[in-house]
Amino acid sequence: MLLHLKRNEWGGLFIQYLIAFLVGGIICAGSQIVLEYTKLTSAHVLVGLVVLGAVLSGLGLYEPFLNFAGAGALIPVSGFGSSITSGMISEVRRLGWEGLFTGAFEITGLGTAAAVIFGSVIALLCKPKK
Amino acid sequence: MKPQEYQNLVKKNLPKTPIWKNVLLAFLIGGVICLIGQGVLNFAITIEETKEEAAAVTLAIMILIGSILTGIGIYDEIAEIGGAGAAIPITGFSNTVTAAAMEFRREGFLLGMGAKMFIIAGPVLVYGILSGFIVALIKSVILGLF
Repeated sequence: MLLHLKRNEWGGLFIQYLIAFLVGGIICAGSQIVLEYTKLTSAHVLVGLVVLGAVLSGLGLYEPFLNFAGAGALIPVSGFGSSITSGMISEVRRLGWEGLFTGAFEITGLGTAAAVIFGSVIALLCKPKK
Repeated sequence: MKPQEYQNLVKKNLPKTPIWKNVLLAFLIGGVICLIGQGVLNFAITIEETKEEAAAVTLAIMILIGSILTGIGIYDEIAEIGGAGAAIPITGFSNTVTAAAMEFRREGFLLGMGAKMFIIAGPVLVYGILSGFIVALIKSVILGLF
């Protein structure tokens, strides 16, 4: 799923970071173009990308993309969608049909619970500026 | 003047935001966030056994970073410059949760913060899970995994 674990040389590492930067940047630039030329809001684009990631993962296309781009494919919200589907598939292999339900949060659950917990703590500590 | 004509007139006279500049900034900000994510991912790979766990830990660390930057008010400034470049990465997802929690806290902890924390992130979860469920179901049937 993830990229070139054995690339220890500096050159390989440099290329790995460069690809993450370029691919992540291109996904964000593409989203910005959609925002500029349509009336869609960023909520629409977020939902569109998460669905796209989930569907591409089901078709087996997102994993090769993750292998190629690493964090460039994982960090945009499409990587979150792909993690939902791949969690479901791996849980179905392990448990059977129950995995279709438990698998949604197999990989994403850590981040989702983290968002709730950190979000709440931060909201207690900080006040909005305006 | 018909409403449509008026709309066109307003559109014509609006100050033109340079689209190429917004797109370039989205590219740079989004790229830098993914670059940082790659560093976190490379670290997570060294401490976790499986790739899935490394991915989960990376997402959680980026969510923590996004949450803290939102709390101290920096992420809003990044979002103002970066547009989609700040909104599309998982840190933007975390930003919407934390910002909503901060914003709606004044409406009470139960029906304010508790209910409205996922006001923007909620649709992402709902449609992510629905679409994931459908494709995972089809794939499981086709591959005969049940």
